[in-house]
Order: sequence, then C-alpha cells, then structure tokens
Amino acid sequence: MKKQKNKLAGLQKRKAIAGYIFIAPFIIGFLVFMVKPFFQSLYMSFCNVEVSAGSFNPVWQGIDNYVRAFTIDPEFTRLLVEEISRMVVDSLAIMVFSFFVALILNQKFKGRALVRAIFFLPVILSSGVILGLETDNSLMAQIQVAIEDTTSGISITGAVEDILRTAGVGVRAFETVFEIIDNIYNIAISSGIQIIIFLSGLQTISSSMYEAADIEGCTKWESLWKITFPMISSMFLVNWIYTVVDFCMRSDNEVIDKITTVMTQQINYGFSSAMTWIYFVIVMAFVGISSLIISKGVYYYD
Amino acid sequence: MTKAAVKQKRKNSNFWERNRKSEGYLLKKTIMSFVVKICRFVLLFGMCFLILQPIFNKISVSFMEEQDLYNPMVIAIPEHFTTDNYRLAAELMNYQESIVNSFVIALTISILQITVCTLVGYGFARFEFPLKKFWFACVLMVVLIPPQTISTSLHLHFRFFDILGIFEAITGSTINLRGSVLPYYLMSAGCMGLKNGLYIYMIRQFFRNIPKELEEAAYVDGCGTLKTFLRIMLPDATPILTSCFLFAFVWQWTDGFYSKLFLGNIRLVSTSLSRIVDSLAAYLQRLQGTTVTPTVALTDCIMSTGILMIIVPVLILYLFAQKGFVESLSSSGIKM
Repeated sequence: MKKQKNKLAGLQKRKAIAGYIFIAPFIIGFLVFMVKPFFQSLYMSFCNVEVSAGSFNPVWQGIDNYVRAFTIDPEFTRLLVEEISRMVVDSLAIMVFSFFVALILNQKFKGRALVRAIFFLPVILSSGVILGLETDNSLMAQIQVAIEDTTSGISITGAVEDILRTAGVGVRAFETVFEIIDNIYNIAISSGIQIIIFLSGLQTISSSMYEAADIEGCTKWESLWKITFPMISSMFLVNWIYTVVDFCMRSDNEVIDKITTVMTQQINYGFSSAMTWIYFVIVMAFVGISSLIISKGVYYYD
Repeated sequence: MTKAAVKQKRKNSNFWERNRKSEGYLLKKTIMSFVVKICRFVLLFGMCFLILQPIFNKISVSFMEEQDLYNPMVIAIPEHFTTDNYRLAAELMNYQESIVNSFVIALTISILQITVCTLVGYGFARFEFPLKKFWFACVLMVVLIPPQTISTSLHLHFRFFDILGIFEAITGSTINLRGSVLPYYLMSAGCMGLKNGLYIYMIRQFFRNIPKELEEAAYVDGCGTLKTFLRIMLPDATPILTSCFLFAFVWQWTDGFYSKLFLGNIRLVSTSLSRIVDSLAAYLQRLQGTTVTPTVALTDCIMSTGILMIIVPVLILYLFAQKGFVESLSSSGIKM
C-alpha cells in the first residue's frame, strides 16, 4: 500500500518536472526580459541617466523627474488628463457597442457569416501603424467639409444636436454623447476582439435556458436582463480589462507618443521612464479599481 | 391552379384562421418579427458601411490623379484614372524589398512565438506543479503591463547587451544588439513578444477543455509526456493554433512599436509606411531641387495608396482564412 503511494508521488513529481520544462521558456523570458527591465526602468525613473559611447550610468536624483513631469513640463499633465478621460469614455462606448453587436450577430439571419467577417475586419485593418496614420487623415476631413458645404448643413444628427442644445437640458451630458456619436467609427474599428469575446460567451449559454424562460412567459427583454446578462457577466470583466489595456497600447496614444519622443530623440531615459511609470500606475489603479467593482457583480454559473 | 399555389392558399387561410384562433397574437408576432428583421438589416448595413467605407474611399482615391483630388465634383469615381500613385508609393516604401523582409520576419517570428506559447500554454493547462498559480499570475501581468512601460530599459538592455557580464570580461565591452534582429527573436523565444501573454492565455484555455480521460488513455497505452503532447494534443488543437498564428502574423505585419524599437535598420512595410510622408517630401525635393512641402491632398493620396498596399496581402490572407479567425476563436470560448 505504502509502496503504491510512493509510486504515485513519483509520477506526480515527474509530471511537475515536465510541467516546469514546458513553461521554462516563459519563466526565463519573464525573468530576463520582463522583471529586470521592469525594475531597471523603475530605478531609472529616479535617476538622471547619462549615456556615453560605451556605457550608461544612472545618477540618483530622487523624485526630480516626477516633479518635472507634473510641474515643469508644459504638455504632460494636459495630455495625461486628456488621454485618461478619452480612455474612460471610449472604453465604455466600446463595451456597449460590442455587446450590442454581439447580441445581433448571435441571432440567426441570412448573410451572418459575411457580416461577421466585416465586423472582424478592423482587427486587421486598425492594428499597429495603420491606426496612427488613419487618425490624421486630413483629406477625409476636407472632403467632409466640402460635402457639408454643398449640402448647406442638412444633416439629421446636426439638426438633432442643435435642437437638444437649444433645449439646454443637461448640456454637458449631451456633449459627451455627441462626442461618442461623432467618434463612432473609431469605436467600431476598435471593438473587433471584444465582439468575438462576447460572442464566445453568448454561445456558451445553453438555449434550453431561453426556452424554459419563454415557456414561463418571459419576454425577450426580460430574458436579456435575467439570463444573458448574468451568464456573460464574466465576459464583461475580461473585455473591460482588455479594452482599457488595449487602449493604452494603441499607437495613436499621445502620452505614449510623447514618451517615445523624449526617449528616442531627446535621449532622456530617466524622464521618459518617470512619465511611463506615472501613466502606468494611473492606468493600473484604474483597471484595478474598476475591475474590483465589476467583479462584485460577476455571477458564476458553476 | 398549380400544386404550389394550392399549398400557398391553404397556408394563407390557415394563417388567418390560426390568427383568429389566437386572437390576433399570431399576426402581431409576424409583424413584430418582420419589423425586427428590417431594423436589424438597417443597423447592420449601416455599421458594415461605416467599417468598409474608408477602404472603398482609399481605393478610389488611390486611382485618382492629383487634379481629381481638388475637384469637388469628383467623389468616388476618378475622372482621370491612373496607377501612378501605386508606382510612386512602391518606390517610396521600397515595396519589393520591404515586403519580402516583412514577410520573412512576420512568418518566422509568429511561428516561433506560437511554438513557444503552445508549449507554455500546454504546460499551464495539463500539469500540476508547485507555484503554478504564481506563474500564471505572471502571465496575466505580461498581458496587463503595456510594453511601453519597460521599453526604455529594454532599449538600454539591448544597447548594452550582456549575459552576466561574460562578454565584458572577454572583450572589454558590451555588445550593441540594437538594430539587429536578434533581440526580438530572443524575446519571442521567451514569450515576451507582441501580445504573447494573450496567446498563452487562449491556448491554455483551449487545452484545459480537453478531457483528462484522453490523456490517461494515452498514458495507459504507453505514451510518454512528450508523445502525448505531439500525437494526441497537438492535432486536436489545430484550430486554435491556426487562429493564434494568424493573429500573430497579422499583428506582427502591421506592428510599429516593436519594429521601431528592435528592427529599426531593416526595411519593413510597417516602418516604411509610417515614414512615407517624410519620404514623399524628400522625393519631391530631389525631383525639384528645392525644399517643397507636398500638398495635403497628395500626401493623403499617397498615404492611402501605401496603406492599401500593405493591407492587401493581409486582406487576401484574411479572405482565405476568415473561418480560422472568427469561428475557431469564438467556439473555443475564452473564459476567465
């Protein structure tokens, strides 16, 4: 009896070793390319890094870089506030949009494969450098102005916006909504992955649940709130984190742009590390707090 | 009266009869579903148009001559059809050279990344070992930490590259790996490439769903760990691996961040595209001998052409492998 137990332990040990061998590349990569640069960049953010031909030597100078980022640098605080507020608004809009689209795409209708293919296209088309170039496409803006001139401002959304503005009810709230509507293209092209994640969640819900609800006299609207929402609430968490993080890494992010410029053109490693860390800490805090709030509402079926 | 018509009529009468029996409920329901269908069509059509319109716009602009760009009458169909834009953009981007480079690099990098990520994902999914939770938390960290955070020190890391001071002891100086391809391959081999945490996560999620009995049966039949992995698990995982590979390829193809950081000296389509405006200015300057700023319209026209030219290969790939992108990912089920 005892011998057999030993043998089992041996098998477990062998499996543990095999597991470590399998994940070894990750451990090595993580230690060499993540942990070391991570702490090094934290250290550098407190230093004035002098780069000479063959070496670099950081000189400790305390929190000077951080003070400089917030008080002396003319752009940084403004860019930071702008980017973060844009991130919050856009991420919310992306969540709503992708959930809505996933709901529609989960239904059965003709040409669904085609529509899915089109909605997923932006994952390819808006990745990497293309997105950054797309944002400052002034020809499109010119054409738009030309069209608006020729149609002398006959635009439904414009008219509605005007009416709502003159009505003057909660103007600030409307402005945000207008911004999102004007921004709908950006939101549509950055929600490809989120749609897929929601779709995969929706497909795991068994249809018997809906049938049961239907027989009990549940309307579609009720079953959306009572079945769909709780069942894919964990997807909301995943998607939210993905969206926010993805937003930080986009190439049209102005804070990142500024950091890269300072690093590669002014060769000021210390200052750029400090700015990166400020941005990183704020974003992480935001992700942490918001996902804590969301995870309170997540319902796990099993 | 044909048979079908009779059938149709019977169906119709049935419909009204059934409607009367259900006290108007059937009619209401039919109308409702019809309205829903129309609303859905309008919404989807609008959104698809929204996504496709910029591409169509780029296509039409890329065939226009410069004078068409200023003509407010010309919106979609060029008046003076030309393919000169393509020739110019190809010259500015060194298209032939950079597309080969891009292809080779994207292909090798993505194969390397997916191979390593598969191993790691499999390790996380099917084995129990101490500190597993901790290492998996590290994977999530990798997903969450923007590479920009560590880019500064990575920059220096490879500028003054050394392994435990060995090289410095031998040659007296560190190696400058910046500008060579090696750092990026090293990083990919260590799962720290572009979005590799995400791939590990997706692959792990897939392998977790494979029933344990399969593995046990293989073990009973005398398969070792490696053999089980190669013979049993890998063939099953083809769909998720394909979709991860396609992602890796496409994202690597258009990536600007890592390419700029590590592959600065190699001509890639992504980096030459981001420089295309400057190259246009330089080109015009060479042509005319004086400093000229290219007009907005021409810049955008060339840029759209350039974007189209780097999208097209990926687009063709997407058309063929569309199922691999969408279906396998959504059916594999990503769950926290």
